Amino acid sequence: MERRRFLSYLTVGLAGVVSSVLALPALGYLIAPLFARASEEFVDVGGVSDFPRGSVKAVKFKDPQPLPWSGRAADTAIWVRRAPAGGAPEFQVFAENCTHLGCPVDWRADSRLFMCPCHGGVFHEDGRVASGPPTQPLFEKQWRVEGERLLVRGPLLPTPRLRQ
Amino acid sequence: MRTVWRWLELRLELKDTLRPLLAHPIPRALDGRVGWFYVLGISVLTAFVIQVVSGVALAITYVPSSESAYDSLKFITDSAALGRFIRGVHWFGACAMVLLIVAHVTRVFLMGAYKFPREINWLSGSLLFLATLLMAFTGQTLRWDQDAFWSLVVGAEQAARTPLIGDPLTRLIVGGYAVSGATVSRVFATHVFVVPGAIALLVLLHVYLVVKRGVSEPPRADEPVDRAYMERYEALVKRGLPYFPYAAWRDAAAAAIVLGVVTVLALVVGPPQLGAPPDPSIVVADPRPDWFFIGYFTILALMPKGAEAVLIIGIPAIIMAFLFLLPFARPFGQRHPLRRPLALTAAVVFIGGYTALTFAGYQAYWVPLRLEGALLPASVTGGLSGAPAVGARLFIDRSCWSCHMIDGSGGRRGPDLTHVAARLSEDRLITRIASGGPGMPDYAAILSKDELANLVAFLGTRR
Repeated sequence: MERRRFLSYLTVGLAGVVSSVLALPALGYLIAPLFARASEEFVDVGGVSDFPRGSVKAVKFKDPQPLPWSGRAADTAIWVRRAPAGGAPEFQVFAENCTHLGCPVDWRADSRLFMCPCHGGVFHEDGRVASGPPTQPLFEKQWRVEGERLLVRGPLLPTPRLRQ
Repeated sequence: MRTVWRWLELRLELKDTLRPLLAHPIPRALDGRVGWFYVLGISVLTAFVIQVVSGVALAITYVPSSESAYDSLKFITDSAALGRFIRGVHWFGACAMVLLIVAHVTRVFLMGAYKFPREINWLSGSLLFLATLLMAFTGQTLRWDQDAFWSLVVGAEQAARTPLIGDPLTRLIVGGYAVSGATVSRVFATHVFVVPGAIALLVLLHVYLVVKRGVSEPPRADEPVDRAYMERYEALVKRGLPYFPYAAWRDAAAAAIVLGVVTVLALVVGPPQLGAPPDPSIVVADPRPDWFFIGYFTILALMPKGAEAVLIIGIPAIIMAFLFLLPFARPFGQRHPLRRPLALTAAVVFIGGYTALTFAGYQAYWVPLRLEGALLPASVTGGLSGAPAVGARLFIDRSCWSCHMIDGSGGRRGPDLTHVAARLSEDRLITRIASGGPGMPDYAAILSKDELANLVAFLGTRR
């Protein structure tokens, strides 16, 4: 009986070890994105003079470190608003995503509103909610001006809580 | 032939394993017309097998990379021999699987077949139901066109609302901080290996239990399930019939019908169109999920603003609670739907409601219309001059038209303004436009004083 019990434990134990050795690395591989850090790089999105005062413009924003096979999905759009003369802050850089559930907002220059094609969120030019389901203003990205160039940081999937 | 059979039988001993499986007793009633209610399970399984076969075929050519997925699907659709047909089969197989599993769950729910001693049948079935929805979602995403890309973003944003684990969950789903290169391969592995593998294992358990516990007999009013049910059931199937061929022929017929319908639709209708390429830098997009999720898309658009944070997590949580708690909450009692008015009402309301939401989703009246081609009819603008004519132009340019209809032209998100001047005085109009409302932007900073005056002059003509 002693031997029988020992062999039972041994079998179950070995099975457990084998399963763990197999499963743990695969699991770790799967959850690796949890430990990756967001890119801190600032990306050049154009010259300051490309953005006339009082304008809102869509610019292509290239992921600074895309996977080689990312293709078109490595580019996102951002909305750059430059305040009218004397306005502060000089720039506001918005993610293209609606703060409701992430669809791309579209700028309507004549009515100076951003509109979302999915669930109907509407934002003012400074990012404030104008109407519809969103409860937060458009996500703003960090930017700085170096010499004549506008630099923007990202990309982050702009979820409300990722935004600090 | 006989010698071959004997040779095999001596080595495989299939008689011992397969025969009891095929000949397991079923209630005699299932040999009647009510038997057709019992073919839904095998129909879902047929759809799953169709998906596995057509999916393997697609995987031979499909390239699961962000750069090439779209182009490889274009190739499959337009150039590959039989590619269009196989994609069509995979699409209609998916539609069939979703529809049939909903029908199956509804049938089992309404007939009270989830009760004692078949609770685990229901629980494994619930997991299969959720797995099927996950397959539908990831499958749409692998199309990797514009709709696919944004559906994934919307999905990830919803996952991000989960309390405590929202952020890491989102990062796990998309494989990083944005829907991008890492995402497609992740979704591909999920859609092709992880979930189908889980489905196969769950199907094994599910079918094992159907054989082991026996298929439920058609419910009879005032014959509630109690602890003595198992003895009664055993007595019932003692007078029963073997599954093969008395119920098996119906299952075979159902499988043939499912395959036939899917094949014909794939040939005649073909696969869904690929949308625009998945370029997130294109901001002009109208993302829509596939039809299974359009009803949910409507819910997301229409949920009250304050309740959103609760509902985005609450609705899936309630559905899961229903699926996984039902057999524990109601293990005994009446099975017949007419003796369970609440269950019957719930099923009708749920299915009717979701259908209505789906129709509403295709209308999507809450989305402001795009202005391309916007025009007010001559019946409205004819004869206008001066301020009202300028105002009519502003009505379109300033996007009023996107949400408001005048004489049949315009959006339907806001009230119809055909006769607005009969309802609102000039002062009230000015206040409304300038300060907005719950569903309308405040235009004070957008319109100049003159523009506002012109717009109101135009609306003043709408009596």
